[in-house]
Amino acid sequence: MTPTEAAAGVRERFGVEPTLEGHLLTVDLPADRWADFARFAKDELGCLYFNWLSATDWKEQGLEVLCRVENLDNRLALMMKSKLGPGQVHCPTLTGLYRGANWHERECFDLLGVVFDGHPDLRRILLGQDWEGHPLRKDYAHDMPHAPYR
Amino acid sequence: MAVKGPIPEIPAPIWRSFKDLQEWEALHKTRPTDDKHSVAFEAVTEGIHNFPGGFVLTTGVDAFLNWARKSSVWPVTFGLACCAIEMMATFCSRFDVERLGMVPWASPRHSDLMIVSGTVTIKMAPMLLRIYEQMPDPKWAVSMGSCANSGGPFRHGYHVVKGVDRVVHVDVYVPGCPPTPDSLMYGLLKLQEQVAEFQKTGQRPTQTG
Repeated sequence: MTPTEAAAGVRERFGVEPTLEGHLLTVDLPADRWADFARFAKDELGCLYFNWLSATDWKEQGLEVLCRVENLDNRLALMMKSKLGPGQVHCPTLTGLYRGANWHERECFDLLGVVFDGHPDLRRILLGQDWEGHPLRKDYAHDMPHAPYR
Repeated sequence: MAVKGPIPEIPAPIWRSFKDLQEWEALHKTRPTDDKHSVAFEAVTEGIHNFPGGFVLTTGVDAFLNWARKSSVWPVTFGLACCAIEMMATFCSRFDVERLGMVPWASPRHSDLMIVSGTVTIKMAPMLLRIYEQMPDPKWAVSMGSCANSGGPFRHGYHVVKGVDRVVHVDVYVPGCPPTPDSLMYGLLKLQEQVAEFQKTGQRPTQTG
């Protein structure tokens, strides 16, 4: 399947307009279609390789979750983006589809506070379990003196 | 925007019970008294010292003990970040601190010196403190490089202790990013000068905190 065919498939199935640059297909999704689309990407587009998952804090516009999955055989890269909306932190998990998503989602929860619904083990992964707040948020007061070593 | 994730309740480690930095520093100030010799040793040396002519002996013994201490400062091999590369270079044959009596030793229980070589993250600080507490008294600490001195380029980050002197008592600060082996060796020589002045009271020449 070529990237152009994949773009046509995405347009037909999900009614969103994907952006195609070379072999990179970028799709902007609503959060409630996140898991559906990942299922489609894995089963129909053959994107078996989970590359990474992260998020961006757009301040008053809220968080945006990004995920890149790839079809290594057909040289197709798929970037999934989803704006969660202002104040919203919940996003469906991809751990049922991709086992590699587990730690990426934990990291994303740890640093940005995105709560992945359905994640089997959503704990902090990099910071200590007693950490307060999510430091990559734009409103995190990193220079605030916290006890005991800060 | 406070987010409460489904974090399982895990009992906080013991060091978290020091809720406040002031409290922590108050604890920190009592630290040098732990360096003193035992009460029996002090009583014996006091007794000999007050005996007529005994001060000649005690002064000589004290000088000898300090010479022995400063000639066998064993640093624990504790590398944290890129400064550890320079520390390893200092330990190796080109600079060779072993001729100063410093044997890099892989156990804190046999060591006298901890060279904090690199960035101390908040997650690492309790482990660093544990290693420091495992070392027998008297013990010294050298803060090596900008990160250990003050947090360095990561000072305004969220995850770095702003100077290792917030965790342990530091005797010598070696500046640099990273310090060259020459700088570290100069710092170690300065430390040896301090150790040579180490009295039976355990008071260091430069008191901090």
